Amino acid sequence: MSAVPVLSVDSLSVEFRTRSGIVKALENVSFAVNKGEMVAIVGESGSGKSVTAFTVMGILDAAGRVTRGTATFGGLDLLQAPEAALRDIRGREMSMIFQNPRVALNPIRRVGDQIADVLLQHGNVTRREAPKRAIEMLQKVRIPDPERRARAYPFELSGGMCQRIMIAIALACSPKMLIADEPTTGLDVTTQAAIMDLIAELGKDQGMATLLITHDLGMAAEYCDHIVVMHAGHIVEAAPTAELFAHPRHPYTAKLIAATPKPTVSLMDLAAIPGNLPDLRAAEIAPCRYSARCERKQTRCDQALPQVLGDVKNSVVACWNPL
Amino acid sequence: MKDLFNKPLLDAQALYKHFAVGRKPSLLDRLRGTAKPVSMLHAVDDVTFTIGKGETLGLVGESGCGKSTLVRLLTRLLDLTDGSIHLDGEEIGHLPAKGFGRSPYRPRIQMVFQDAGDSLNPRFTAFTAIADPIRRLKPIPREALKARVEELAGMCGLPVELLGRFPHQLSGGQKARVGIARAIAVEPDLLILDEPTAALDVSVQVVILQLLEDLKQRLGMSYLFVSHDLNVVRLLCDRVMVMYLGRIVESGPAERVFRYPAHPYTKALLSAIPHFDSLSGDAGHATPRLRISGEPRSPIDPDPKVCRFYGRCPNGTEACSQAMPLLQGVGPGHSVACHFPLADTAAADIAKPDPLIEDVA
Repeated sequence: MSAVPVLSVDSLSVEFRTRSGIVKALENVSFAVNKGEMVAIVGESGSGKSVTAFTVMGILDAAGRVTRGTATFGGLDLLQAPEAALRDIRGREMSMIFQNPRVALNPIRRVGDQIADVLLQHGNVTRREAPKRAIEMLQKVRIPDPERRARAYPFELSGGMCQRIMIAIALACSPKMLIADEPTTGLDVTTQAAIMDLIAELGKDQGMATLLITHDLGMAAEYCDHIVVMHAGHIVEAAPTAELFAHPRHPYTAKLIAATPKPTVSLMDLAAIPGNLPDLRAAEIAPCRYSARCERKQTRCDQALPQVLGDVKNSVVACWNPL
Repeated sequence: MKDLFNKPLLDAQALYKHFAVGRKPSLLDRLRGTAKPVSMLHAVDDVTFTIGKGETLGLVGESGCGKSTLVRLLTRLLDLTDGSIHLDGEEIGHLPAKGFGRSPYRPRIQMVFQDAGDSLNPRFTAFTAIADPIRRLKPIPREALKARVEELAGMCGLPVELLGRFPHQLSGGQKARVGIARAIAVEPDLLILDEPTAALDVSVQVVILQLLEDLKQRLGMSYLFVSHDLNVVRLLCDRVMVMYLGRIVESGPAERVFRYPAHPYTKALLSAIPHFDSLSGDAGHATPRLRISGEPRSPIDPDPKVCRFYGRCPNGTEACSQAMPLLQGVGPGHSVACHFPLADTAAADIAKPDPLIEDVA
């Protein structure tokens, strides 16, 4: 934790302009990812996980606007950098794996060519060498019979295979940073395990920093070193994995853990989280966006949002009345 | 366990569903006698099982294993290639799927679909969606219909004010409730649930699962619960059936199968679930990791002598490529289709009396 983090996001706020008003999608989001580390952002749908990833990659929807904050990557503030600089970084220094590989891949281009495109774009190889390097990448992500598969179109491959192709594209230029946005949604458990093992292993080999966006606490626990919990555009808690599960401090984290089915708990013992996400279009949102759902709410929760440093190094909890 | 459900509600015997793939031979080829036989995709192969009254049976397997085809056979949306389905002692397997919508059996088997958002008609309000099956299958006067739909909404925890809304105005959990209310509207005996919570967040998932359990108790339905989330199956099911490439590879009481899986595939499925038990300080349940590599074999014209899991199986031997293993008992109500069932089942039995046997006694 001593060196400069690969990616450090600092007090990031993002708004979306919509027909029904301005949505404050992210507010004061800060976290860092170190070299060789895997960090998870977990949260339910609508918590701002993907918006965070998209903002960092500079591929935010046109309606979205960064109102505050920085995202520093290799000394460069990604949020201020010109598009040309971002183009150079994306794919080479920093890559992203998307949620649905079948949609993210070009359906009318052979997968081998799509991998070669990235290599050619960043000028690492000559036109002659590119196909060979693409096949090597396919081998690396353990696709059997890579010479034949390089000539396949995405529709000819299974979901798990397509996700491997996405990983091959993302890792083709040995990036320093990988953002994986729900990389295994819609895949079977056995395929999910294989894909996550692969990401973790390749990450370790290359000393790559990985940001995993997921709603699956189990997956975050199994693969990540550090977990950031988001709720309605706020970071409510961030801590090293073991610490977070052993002693969740934010009431929302505790509820989330209690709501997740696990082998040792019966159906009636699982606790639902009451209430819904607050309406982020409202002019006045409570400083703690969880307070309306919270059982430990106190009067000062309506006044200001605390940023309390936890007991353990590197942990943060945003709560006046933590567990 | 069987004794508790003496006469099964649904009795499926030796179900087969094969699909022809590739081009049919041309007339010329047939006349010449050079026609190659049409390749067959064995989607469901020799599947036999029962569902007792009030029982929840879990069906587990990866995509492409034939779960959905099996479900469509049972809901009579597809015709069988061979086999028989008895509902409460009456044969329904031979009824053509095409006319089943008008059969008196239709209301007795209903289904909750995977993605509530996609399976609701976007032009139907919640009220119309729930009323539709009643209008079609068990017509009642308008006034009674309104009262019935409101009653159903109440049972499923859907606020009556939301009945006028369209699917896009409802949240994921609310859409799931509409899907459930619609399915139970005609009072089915058997409800088939196809991953009812796959699209939901964990906090909502819990509520929907508890609702399903509550409805089952109140209405005395039987469930067939299809899912690939084993943690969810474990919560809801009495018995569980594991399917691989069209065949049942293991079936038994849920608690037992999860604790002492006898088939290497079941074990691999279980160990692939990411969990955080050891971290949160719950009772240690460390499953040693077992990863299976590769893709499943092709379901097209499979060799009837080779175990379907052969090639991916960590314990596979030559015997597995010479004879297809058949389901054999490895414990009370627990059977497995493997030449080399995992040994810890037997060892565990000696170490610990089976709680399920005690229950029956």
